[in-house]
Amino acid sequence: MHEMSLCEGIRRVVEQAADRPDVTRVTRVRLEIGRFAGVEKPALGFAWEVVMRGSKAEGAELVMLDLPGVALCYDCMKTVEIENRLDPCPLCGGGRLLPQGGDEMQIKDMEVI
Amino acid sequence: MCTVCGCGDSHLAHDHSHDHGHSHHPHDHDHAHDHDHAHDHGHHHHGHAHNIHLGLGPAGTEVPGMSQERLIEIETGILSHNDRLAQVNRARLQALDSFAVNLVSSPGSGKTTLLCATIRAMEGPVAVIEGDQQTTNDADRIRATGAPAIQINTGKGCHLDAHMVGHALDHLNPAAGTTLFIENVGNLVCPAAFDLGEDAKVAILSVTEGEDKPLKYPDMFTASRLAILNKTDLAPHCDVDLDLYEANLRRVNPLIEVIRVSARTGEGLDRWISWLRTNALAKHMEQAAE
Repeated sequence: MHEMSLCEGIRRVVEQAADRPDVTRVTRVRLEIGRFAGVEKPALGFAWEVVMRGSKAEGAELVMLDLPGVALCYDCMKTVEIENRLDPCPLCGGGRLLPQGGDEMQIKDMEVI
Repeated sequence: MCTVCGCGDSHLAHDHSHDHGHSHHPHDHDHAHDHDHAHDHGHHHHGHAHNIHLGLGPAGTEVPGMSQERLIEIETGILSHNDRLAQVNRARLQALDSFAVNLVSSPGSGKTTLLCATIRAMEGPVAVIEGDQQTTNDADRIRATGAPAIQINTGKGCHLDAHMVGHALDHLNPAAGTTLFIENVGNLVCPAAFDLGEDAKVAILSVTEGEDKPLKYPDMFTASRLAILNKTDLAPHCDVDLDLYEANLRRVNPLIEVIRVSARTGEGLDRWISWLRTNALAKHMEQAAE
């Protein structure tokens, strides 16, 4: 969708967290990305290299951890995990599911030297 | 950096991040937090009393000879900066007793025509923030109705963000009790993720777009509280199934409300205006109760 501006958001947070005299370089950043977050991972990886240039995180490894898609089924009223946004309820086959989680876009942690 | 005027970050935002606690990792003042994490994950010298580190210099410098690589926990949303600014906008609109809707749709769904018709039929103060990549056409159309409007041109940007809306509010300076309409950039993808500080997202879908639009772009309709099915006067001419539109909307968002409107003939406009009035009143009552 707009992976470049997402990366700029990551750079902002990473630079703030790394703005300490004992941090020379950021070597790895781990993100948690929900299945429904709408993030195109290859595009984010490409934008990463470009956007991080000139920061302490230039050349840092980017790790993207998947978080499951969780939805509430309005037919059986149970919370279920689904792979894709439009999948039917795995329990009752119902089609009216409202996401309850899986739209996360979070910077989990980073490794620094 | 601001894509409207190129200015730096709002300092107001930092104050608010502390007040409201919307960032898990505020930037400047929370050194103690960082220290704890650096030590927890570095697996060394747990014997140090934790209070030694509170408010002191950066962690890690006091232990010579240790492995240099260490982990800093962040746990911050990628869009946290936008979310903080959105909270600033929200607080500001709340102080004004203003109800704000973020109108989202694909280009050409009839947002501006609907807005013009709405403003003409509505009572009370209104103000409009128009988002487009280029031109001031939409703001010009709104101003012709007599309502104050400001145009934000996003250039290459695919969505409005909270920072742009904050600036627009500075310029608009809306009166107390204003109903604020934010007409987002015509795009069914990106604006879903960006909170602007609005009370509700309202998706506008015209009957010429195809019944499966909600299935193709579920995020936007999931994020919206209301969907307006617009241009219903054209329905007989284009073989559409309005009930199928509604069924698909409810498939991606079982809680979504749907109103069928023709901005051109005025059909259904009263229901939309009454929705605005009811929700603004509900916000007002909620605020009064707090």
